Formats: sequence, structure tokens, C-alpha cells
Amino acid sequence: MASDDDDVMREFLIESRDNLNQLDRDLVALEQNPRDPKLLGAIFRCVHTIKGTAGFLGLVKLESLTHVGESQLSRLRDGGLSLDTELTSKLLAMVDAIRRILASLEANGSEGGEDFSNVVHELSQVGAGSTPRAAAASTRASVTPELLPRAAPAHAPAAPVAPDAPLAAPAEALGKAAAGVADTAIRVDVALLDRVMNLVGELVLARNQIIQYGLSSKDAGFVNASQRLNLLTTELQAGVMKTRMQPIGNVWNRFPRIVRDLANVCGKQVTLELDGTETELDRSIIEAIKDPLTHAVRNAVDHGIETQAARLAAGKSATGHLLLRAYHEGGQVNIEVSDDGGGLPVEKIRARAVERGVVTAERAARMSEREVAHLIFLPGFSTAEQVTNVSGRGVGMDVVKTNIEKIGGTVDISSRVGVGTTLKIKIPLTLAIIPALVVTSGGERFAIPQVSLLELVRLEGAQARRGVESLQDTHVYRLRGNLLPLVFLNRALRLPSPEVGEDVCNIVVLQADDRQFGLVVDGINDTEEIVVKPLGKELKGISSFAGATIMGDGRVALILDVLGIAQRANVVSPTRDRALVEKTQQQQQQQADTREALLLFRVGASTRMAIPLSMVARLEEIAPEKIERAAGREVVQYRGAILPLVMLSRDLLREPRVAGADTLLVIVYSEMGRSVGIVVEQILDIVEETVTVRSRASREGVTGSAVVQGRVTDLLDVHGVIRRFDASFFERNDTAA
Amino acid sequence: MTDTRQLCTFALGSLLFGVEVVNVQEVIRCQEMTKIPLASAMVRGLINLRGQIVTAIDLRARLELPGLGDEQPPMNVVLRTSEGVVSLLVDEIGDVLELDGSDFERPPETLSGVFRDVVPGVYKLEGRLLLVLDVERIIALGAPGEPSGVAATVAA
Repeated sequence: MASDDDDVMREFLIESRDNLNQLDRDLVALEQNPRDPKLLGAIFRCVHTIKGTAGFLGLVKLESLTHVGESQLSRLRDGGLSLDTELTSKLLAMVDAIRRILASLEANGSEGGEDFSNVVHELSQVGAGSTPRAAAASTRASVTPELLPRAAPAHAPAAPVAPDAPLAAPAEALGKAAAGVADTAIRVDVALLDRVMNLVGELVLARNQIIQYGLSSKDAGFVNASQRLNLLTTELQAGVMKTRMQPIGNVWNRFPRIVRDLANVCGKQVTLELDGTETELDRSIIEAIKDPLTHAVRNAVDHGIETQAARLAAGKSATGHLLLRAYHEGGQVNIEVSDDGGGLPVEKIRARAVERGVVTAERAARMSEREVAHLIFLPGFSTAEQVTNVSGRGVGMDVVKTNIEKIGGTVDISSRVGVGTTLKIKIPLTLAIIPALVVTSGGERFAIPQVSLLELVRLEGAQARRGVESLQDTHVYRLRGNLLPLVFLNRALRLPSPEVGEDVCNIVVLQADDRQFGLVVDGINDTEEIVVKPLGKELKGISSFAGATIMGDGRVALILDVLGIAQRANVVSPTRDRALVEKTQQQQQQQADTREALLLFRVGASTRMAIPLSMVARLEEIAPEKIERAAGREVVQYRGAILPLVMLSRDLLREPRVAGADTLLVIVYSEMGRSVGIVVEQILDIVEETVTVRSRASREGVTGSAVVQGRVTDLLDVHGVIRRFDASFFERNDTAA
Repeated sequence: MTDTRQLCTFALGSLLFGVEVVNVQEVIRCQEMTKIPLASAMVRGLINLRGQIVTAIDLRARLELPGLGDEQPPMNVVLRTSEGVVSLLVDEIGDVLELDGSDFERPPETLSGVFRDVVPGVYKLEGRLLLVLDVERIIALGAPGEPSGVAATVAA
């Protein structure tokens, strides 16, 4: 009997955990929509189920707790009570109390010494003077208590009973469902799955060895058998991987509750939308993204979404919107956390970065909004003025980034002031088995994860000698006109270089962070599915390796950490602390040395002008009738602000504006949180050119002239033009948000 | 100190060492090894132990003894440690000895250098001393996670 009870208990604990997560979500949903009978029914059934089993197992505290909850819920259903924030909070407190009791049960088999009578009391005080009415239902349920826990989770979330289900329905409904659902799914111990996965990993390796052996074998029967083994292993691998897949909803479960609580604490209103909850990910990854995602969500509510007053002032709805989206794309999973809040305070970040010496003031002024946004990934970087309970302690986005990168993912952020912020996370589907390219260098084999691989370039003979050019110590290759920095693997790993290297040059083009570089290796072998095995702790300090794997011939090969190699070679900055400074220098150097993207446009009848694309915030078309006059100047209303206009043709060239255009083409230039619209006649092109200034400034408003696309083009002195037209533009940055 | 211990013994040149037999998973012949570029000289490479990847630590290098050269392939003493399975490369494998606590003595104060750090005691055998090795300290490799090679390159 004792062991029977144990089984029931274990089952109960497992089921209840699912139920409680569902409860959290449903309660929050119910708060939004208090009249939804389906939700109420689901919540009621869930609490009822726990109560029934608690009674059966003799768990007194749990029973009394759920009993009060059930009573209140049934009053809600009868309309004797209406749901408000207070009641929701108390019901959620009840859920937390249940959770703690369950945790204690799991840990030591008893309900624990904690006293929940205040929770019970407070909950029962809501709409006091009530008489619990659910006694009837509970006696009915306790007839078949052992069925309840099994049936509830399968039934409650998926298909709640008809909206008008009568009060006593739960017990019967559950009884019916129990017969159908329980047979199609089983619970499997995670440790067992992990073991099976490991075995499949080994099998993949053994398969690889056999295939290699088969290549040199003349025995047709053996070759056939190995081919068949190959196919079966692949299928088995896919099948086992699938068993480990979990919908991302499992992580997202807790977000409605977190968002609700946090929004309450911050005095904000936030709705949470979940899109793509069924998107599946490997279990290990689900585990790994839990914390970073939670962090991102908290950040979005705390920093991203403004207070109601601020939202109303900005002309938005009082309720903020937070969207979590997950979808598969190209063998990876994308997760987006976007809010419709105020966007990143770009100017504040810029100022803080300068203050902290992360970037120079001069450089900061020239950084694009996107670059500035990425500053928040630096360790200890926070712009929150107040350290709240929630965030602003300066640990945050860098941890998110580090954790995501640890599992081979990437993080990107985009933000528009006043419109919102989107954090985009890309992660691999699984960590265990990955496709990799095997290369040789210095007599050793190395595996390169295919996710980082862009293309392979092989140079032979004269090409190999001429193709690789050097800039001082740095070697580059011109890949379709762009300079690709090269890293020689032999040198990076201090391996011996081959004697005859000059005739052939193998370049593996890789992506690291947002940058490409070419890894020069001695030989390129093949692609193989490899099983990633971690390196011992004594080797963790070597950032060039991500792990090791066993190759087809049974020997160990190291897996290259592409990002680590790139960092060590300074392709991307070595440590993130110094990151931006060096990146900046690199970029400046690149800009100075090589090429720059230019926006070409026509002003007046025939003047070609250009400005660096990095200075352009947006291009807009504006109807002429929208132009208004303020303080003796032309302005338009633009994104809730007033955008002053500079009519280049008139103001600079003293030419009349060419008549007849239906719309004005406006180049929006933003700096220090302020924008200016530069009106031009025609946008010609965007080119990437090595700009050699031919003649120094001959006229006001022009920094010089250069030959672009074979034609003389004036380089517009944006600062000069703006200053002439509004001398205080660069000083009045304190008005920025 | 009167209880007995079982130590698995092995030799480096003329020195005899012992580790707790319960820590030893197995002893295997020299394996094909994959070198790890940039790693400390104490880490000789990685071996494939039936599908498990094990780091091989050159005990001679670890104890700052001169290298043995290539003529005699080393043996692997595979140990279970708190950091997972690690292999120690040694010259020769000895017997498993049952040792009496009365023969045990702390190392003399004059013992210096790396030995002081990794040898918690000595057993006085007939005509020979058996140095007990502290496995956890052996695998700590000085400054953990920062093999000298890496530090040097970063600085360069």
C-alpha cells in the first residue's frame, strides 16, 4: 500500500506542476477577461483536482488551502463575486503557497512547517461573509480521486468543457476524458532520454567509422550493409532528437505571471502576447534560454514600456504591449521579445558610454543608433536612473548575451525611439549533434560548426600568390570586391606551417558576430555530423576551442570556436569590455583606408551630392502641403515631433526648387536625439566607394568634391549646413528624451 | 592513522608514486593522442576512451621533471576526479599495495616546490619511499583555466 501511495504521490507532484503553471497563466488571462466561463471552468477544475487528491492523500494544509480557493472560484462563477486585481493577487498567492507545499512534499515527503493560514485567511476575506459552496462538487470528485490528476492536465488546457458547463460538471467531464487521453502519451524520465541521446551520439560515431571503413572495402555486401546502417542511424537520430524536443511554451508558461506581477509593481499596464508557443527546441536549449529570456522580458516591462501617463502623453494607448515570438528559420530558432515602449534612450546610452570611457565622445557622436543600441550589451552597462527591485543594477543584457552565445546563439537588438524595442535571439535547434566541416592544419584535424560557415574559397597557383594581399601585418582577400580579413589557422594555433603552402590557399569564410573573416587552412576534408563533447575544465581557458569530438577513425578532433578565434585574431574585439573601443578604431580605420557607403542624390537641376550613409537616419517622402511654417522656418510634423526642413536647392545653391514634384524627398538626419530633414530633388543611388577628396571645400556647405561613379560629386557638409541654419542644433541636446 | 590504505603505484624514473585505488578507473596502454594547440605543456592531448574524451596530463611536466623522450611510450592511469575523468601519463605501472598507517609520515618541511603542493605524505617502504599524490591538486594545473600559452598570446 505504501508504495501505491508513493506512486500516486509522484504522479500527483508531476501533474500538479504542469497544472500550476497553467493556473498562473489562466488566472492572469482571466484577470484580463473576467467573464470568460471557459477559463474560469479550467481554473476551477484545476484547483478542484488538487484539492481532491490532497484529500485522498491526507494532505491537510493543501486541502484547506485549495478548499478556500475553490470556494472563492465557485462564487466567482455564480457571479457572487467579481474578479479584480486584489482577488487575482490572492488567488496567485494561493498558487504560490500550493507550489511551496508541493516543493516540500517533493523534497522530504511532508507538507513542511510553513504556515499558510494567512493566505487562507486573506483569500477567504475577499467578499467576506460567504459560505463555501463547493462541498457538493468535492465529495463527488473524491469518489475517483486517482483518476483526477492524470486526466486534468491533458484535458484542462487543451479543451475546456463547454462554456456553459454547469457547476458540478468537472468531475464527470474529467472522468470521461481520462479514458481517452491517458493512453496516447507516456511520461519518460529525462535522465533516460539523455542516456538514449548519448547512445545515439555514440552510434553516430560508430556509423561514421564503419562508413569510412566501407569506403576502402571492396566487399559489396559490407558496403550495402553499411549504407543501410547509415540510413537507419540518421533516422534514429532524428527520431530521438524529436523526443527531446519541447515546445518553447514550456518556458513561456511563466511569463504571463511574471509580466503581470511586474507590471503591477511598476504601476504599468502590460498585455503579453505569445506567438509560436508550439515552436520546438531541444530540452537542453530550453533549459539554457530560460534565464536569459526571463531577464529580457523583465527588462522590457521595467525599462521598455513606459508608465501609463507617459504613454498617454506620447499618444499611445495606456496599455503597453509585449510580444514574444518564436519561429524556425534556416535550421535555427528565432525568438523575439518586442515591446511598444519608448525605445532605447539612445542619447542617454551615448552619454553614459562616453562618461564611462567606453567610447570617445567624438566616436560616440558618429555612432549610428544601431551601434549605440548594442552598447547595452557591455558588462555593467545600465542607464536606469533608479535601481529598482527588478532591474537597473547593471547586470543584465550582457548576461543575456553571454548566456545565449554560450549555446551558440546570437543576440541582436533594434530600437526606435518612441516606437519600441525588439530583442532578437537566434539559437541552434540542438546542441548535441551538429553538422561540421572538417579541416586540416598543421597535421591536425579540426571541426568547424557549419552554422558559422558561409562559403569555401580555393585559390590555386598564381591566384594563391596574388589573391592574398597584405596591409602591414594583416592579410586580406578580395571577396567579390569586399576586403575579407584573413586568419591563418596555423599561426593562430601556433602549429607548424606546411612546407609547400604557396600554391594552394584554402579559405573558409566564416561569420563571427556581425563580421566575416576568412580562415586559411591547409586542407578541407569533408562535412560530418559530429557529437559535441565538452572539454575538461583544465582546457576551458582556451577560447579557440568549443569542444571536442570523435572522428570516423576513432581519433579525437577539436571543434573550433569561431567567435573565440575571431576574437583572438582581433577580427572581432577580444573582450567585450574593450570591445567597442577597438571595434571603433577598426571601423574608423576601415573607413579611412577603404570604402564608405555613400548616399548619392541630386540637388536642384543637376548638382550631384553625397553624404555618408551612416549619417542618414531615414529617407521619407512628404507631401508638399504638409509643410507648415514655425518660427520663420519650414517644418513638418513627423513621428509626433516637429522636423525642421532644409531646402538644399534654395538654401545652399540658391536655385529655385524644381517645380512639379508631387512629393518632397527628405533625408532625415538625426543626432543627439534631434532630427533635421534635408530636402533633395532625387535620390540617385547608394554606392560603396573609396572616397578620395579631389578638391578641398570651395563653397560653403560642401566639404569637398570627389569622383564617384566616374562623375564629380560634391560631399555635403551636413554639420555645416545644419549649423548655418540652426546655430544651436548641436548644443541643445538636453531636450532629448 | 592505523588503518590501511590501498594505493595504486606507478613510477616516474626512480620515483615511486601512489594514488588511492578507488580513484583509479583503469590503466591502459599508450593511446593515440590528439594534441591541443595553445594548451599548457602539462596537457599532452586528448584520448578517446571508448567514446569518452579524456584529457591526458603529462605527469612529468606537471611535477617539473625532465621529459622522457619518445622511445618509451607512457602508460595512462585513468582517474575519476571531481572534474571528470582525467588520465595521468606515467612511465611504468607498479602493483596495488596495501599500506599500513604506521608507515605513513607527512613530508619533511624541507620538501619544496611543486612536490610540496601535491604530495600530502610519504609511505616508508623497505628500501624505498612511496609518494602519495593528491589527485585533485594534480589536476588543478597551477592557475586553472589560464594555461601559460594562452596568456602569452593574448598579451602579444
